[in-house]
Amino acid sequence: MIGYHLLRRTIGFAFILLGLSVVIFTVARVVPGDPARMALGPLATNEQVAQLQEEMGFSKPAVVQYFDYIGGVLRGNLGKSLLTSRAVADDIAQALPATLELVLFTLFLIAVLAVPLGVLAARRHNSWIDNASRLVSLLGVVTPGFVFAILLQLLVSHFHFFPLTGRLSTDIRFTPDITHLALVDSLLKGRFDAFADALSHIFLPALALSAAGIGQIMRITRSSMLDVARRDHVETLRSFGVPDYVITLKYMLRLAAVAPLTILGLEFASLIGNAFIVEMVFAWPGIASYGLRAILSKDINAVMAVVLTSGLFFVVANLIVDLLVGLIDPRLRARG
Amino acid sequence: MSVETETLSPAEELSNFGRARRRLLSNPAAIIGIVIVVSIVLAAILAPYIAPYPNHAGSFVDFRHRHNAPSLEHLLGTDNVGRDILSRILFGYRVSLLLVVGVLGVAVPAGVLFGLLAGYFGGIVETGIMWLTNVMLAVPPLVMALAITAVLTPDLIHSMIAITVLWWTWHCRLVYRVVKSVVAEDFVEAARVAGASHLHILFREILPNCAAAISVKTTLDAGFVILFGASLSFLGLGVQPPTPDLGTMVAAGAQFLPEMWWEAVMPGFAVLYAILGFNLLGDGLRDMLDVEI
Repeated sequence: MIGYHLLRRTIGFAFILLGLSVVIFTVARVVPGDPARMALGPLATNEQVAQLQEEMGFSKPAVVQYFDYIGGVLRGNLGKSLLTSRAVADDIAQALPATLELVLFTLFLIAVLAVPLGVLAARRHNSWIDNASRLVSLLGVVTPGFVFAILLQLLVSHFHFFPLTGRLSTDIRFTPDITHLALVDSLLKGRFDAFADALSHIFLPALALSAAGIGQIMRITRSSMLDVARRDHVETLRSFGVPDYVITLKYMLRLAAVAPLTILGLEFASLIGNAFIVEMVFAWPGIASYGLRAILSKDINAVMAVVLTSGLFFVVANLIVDLLVGLIDPRLRARG
Repeated sequence: MSVETETLSPAEELSNFGRARRRLLSNPAAIIGIVIVVSIVLAAILAPYIAPYPNHAGSFVDFRHRHNAPSLEHLLGTDNVGRDILSRILFGYRVSLLLVVGVLGVAVPAGVLFGLLAGYFGGIVETGIMWLTNVMLAVPPLVMALAITAVLTPDLIHSMIAITVLWWTWHCRLVYRVVKSVVAEDFVEAARVAGASHLHILFREILPNCAAAISVKTTLDAGFVILFGASLSFLGLGVQPPTPDLGTMVAAGAQFLPEMWWEAVMPGFAVLYAILGFNLLGDGLRDMLDVEI
């Protein structure tokens, strides 16, 4: 059953990605202005512009251009970057692991900070912990990503706990070339100095990125724990004299995890969006930094690739969430 | 629902409204929200009169007073060319509110209309509209807006367009859900049996049921549109200098961290203040109108 459900979702998501490719292609090609002229700037001669137009295939009709493009994308060819003069696919492959690492570590932070706090707030319902958690989550939602990032930088530049920018120190001399995730590769190679260095670099940007998510997940965990606490089976377990922490951790959290998980999947898009700001402030060499440079230099192929990649990110994250929710809650599996 | 309200006498309606208002005013958080929102609107309208240095809003330069820390003379300090940051924040709220009005003025009616159509007519209309909505919502809004501004020249109007193109989808989905939940209700059926036109059913029977949810969402949105515009200009793709924009000011000030901290932090807090205000007000309205969004 779960296989059928996932298959249906996958097809739905495939259509979403297809639509996304049409939308972004339209944005890139139909809007006023000549991409080739924009890329080359006002100083280029008309011949140069014409040559680039030919290279980018602009002389063909838009529909043919679209199918050329999408055919290329399916074969892993995203065109050439005007910014780096390399294949966009190579650029993306190089930048993606850093962002992936940042986002995964952020999710880890959200999980280890928000879920326990949410559980605590629900258990001490209306106590000072609950009120404090309410305040923290409000602040998390209303603080702009760039303000939080700047405040963190300000704090750290005073106390020098963590490096302010980058992914690894240059004097560490470590290249993550197994999984391309610095935290994982350093452990695999037994380079604990590199692991500590990578951890100290990733901590601040991940914390900045997690702010909004922590507030939201905390509140949802809290309310769904309160909801679960009223169920009959929990009352029954309690009357059997099962220890409180066993009920909370084994019987309630599992049920209560469905809502925060689903929200996390939906929030994934805004996580990637905020990565643009966080990567810029902390000079994190990921796909958002790359996308931002591409946007500022009007590198259309790279911009399209970054948008499609973030759409793919969103879709895959939601499929994983579906899978996890299905594993946690068998009823959802059966419904198909 | 509209049938019900028509049978109420004006006095009863007033007492309903009065009760709702009392519920809003007995909520301290909502009152703080109202105070903040009113203060921002007043700041934007009265900026030329209340700003201590109204001429600092544009490309004013006074190098003798650059990088001044907050003092009685400059309450929030001065920036890298000696302009009073408080004055620029007051004028910056004008840009922010202009963006809010421009974006929500188009995105909300458009989203509501599409949501109504998708929920009411179903079939191919529903599939088409909701597919487009899901497509737009699958990309981080900031990424999509960046991509759109990438092909346009960065300025206020273009950020407005980029944000509007994304924003209608949220209202579309919200209204769609409400319509789906009421379209099978008896009062809609009754109107249909009585021979009411689609237009009447959509706008006089169904739309009033969405009003509460729409107004809560729009209030919450105002804060997030300000955040969005500020994020765009923080990244250099929104309002361009010398127009005083909060995001641009934060980005410019960030170059002088950590010594001249006020140059980035003060405008940053100004954005936070606005989002906080609209959020508290929106939450208060949500409790008052008892809607879930």
